[in-house]
Amino acid sequence: MSTTGEEKKSAPAQPLFGKKERQLLSDPLDNNNPITVQVLGICSALAVTVQMEPAFYMSMGVIFVTMMSNLLISIMRNVIPSRVRIIVQLAVVSTFVIIVDQVLKAYAYEMSKQLSVFVGLIVTNCIIMGRLEAFAMANKPWPSLLDGIGNGLGYGAILMVVAFFRELIGSGSVYGYKVFDALGINYIGNGVMVIPAGAAIVIGLVIWAQRARNGMVESE
Amino acid sequence: MESLFNIFIRAIFIDNMIFAYFLGMCSYLAVSKKVKTAIGLGAAVTFVLSITVPLNWLVYNYFLKAGAMSWTGITALATVDLSFIGLIIYISVIAAFVQLIEMIIEKFSPALYAALGIFLPLIAVNCSILGGVLFMVGRPYSLGDATAFGLGSGVGWFLAVVALAAIREKLKYSNVPAPLRGLGITFIIVGLMSFGFLSFMGFSI
Repeated sequence: MSTTGEEKKSAPAQPLFGKKERQLLSDPLDNNNPITVQVLGICSALAVTVQMEPAFYMSMGVIFVTMMSNLLISIMRNVIPSRVRIIVQLAVVSTFVIIVDQVLKAYAYEMSKQLSVFVGLIVTNCIIMGRLEAFAMANKPWPSLLDGIGNGLGYGAILMVVAFFRELIGSGSVYGYKVFDALGINYIGNGVMVIPAGAAIVIGLVIWAQRARNGMVESE
Repeated sequence: MESLFNIFIRAIFIDNMIFAYFLGMCSYLAVSKKVKTAIGLGAAVTFVLSITVPLNWLVYNYFLKAGAMSWTGITALATVDLSFIGLIIYISVIAAFVQLIEMIIEKFSPALYAALGIFLPLIAVNCSILGGVLFMVGRPYSLGDATAFGLGSGVGWFLAVVALAAIREKLKYSNVPAPLRGLGITFIIVGLMSFGFLSFMGFSI
């Protein structure tokens, strides 16, 4: 959350894809991941990861919304009065979420049924509000756009990892493809992974693995 | 009457906001370090949920649903279906209500404001509030049902946050592997608690 103002230093003639811009994209994937490090946007991460397909659609939706709302808020950042900024942000975010919701209903109706309320809940996904507050309100449109994409991707990456394990262990398939049947092994799905409790435990273990690798320790 | 009680109990134990749907996790993890703050936010969530769910029920049934505005008597409005802009309306109702409550409490009860004040702005973006509203819209509830559901969901959230805070207070004295400390172990505990709540699954009233 301390990325504010980093971009302001290199004001004149910055390259479109300099080192800093690349960092904006790659940092949220690992060292500054929105889910495992910033602890944002957990609600939906746990609920839609029973299988990989809904997790994929959800990630796409979140990437689109973070990207567009970061861009729009960043363009408007100098005209938004700070007292009412939360309402303005909510209005912008929910507009994009409505677009995602309507597109899903029109072109992927089954998926929109399966995701049910969680598409609507992108509005209150803390990643989006968090990035708007911490980044888009203080930075130029282009870095904000990249930051939005980066954080959306970081969210998507964790979602896909958790969904991969839950689907593999829970129903013995990967993205709907029955792996164990194809190998000729008779696999009975482990019910623990299908219920929400499994999600919390998998994500806890993912965090453990990631932090053990990065050497990050939370002092408590 | 029995059905109202049934909805209330279901919302607390079986469809618990945290353990069955994982809604409101962000603030759930953030404030569950101390029991005292957990009680504060839990009370605020319960309060806001039990008011905004029926409030949004009224908005949905009298303005947004297909044909909902036939009560105005204007034929042009009788067939209008506004449910697609529902999201933006619900979140505005919630944000406006939270703002209003904050101002009222600040004016009339400084003691309560000191206890709840800092939590109220957080609530506008708490997924469990919007989640409760969206679940309510998706189910065929009456106004009474919606109120019972909102209150029950809030109490369920309250229970969950206080229970986790109590466990985390004890956890300070245990020797957790370094990379697992903090967020990692908390997630695993939430998972185990969720197993516990599964045992309510089978029972009906």
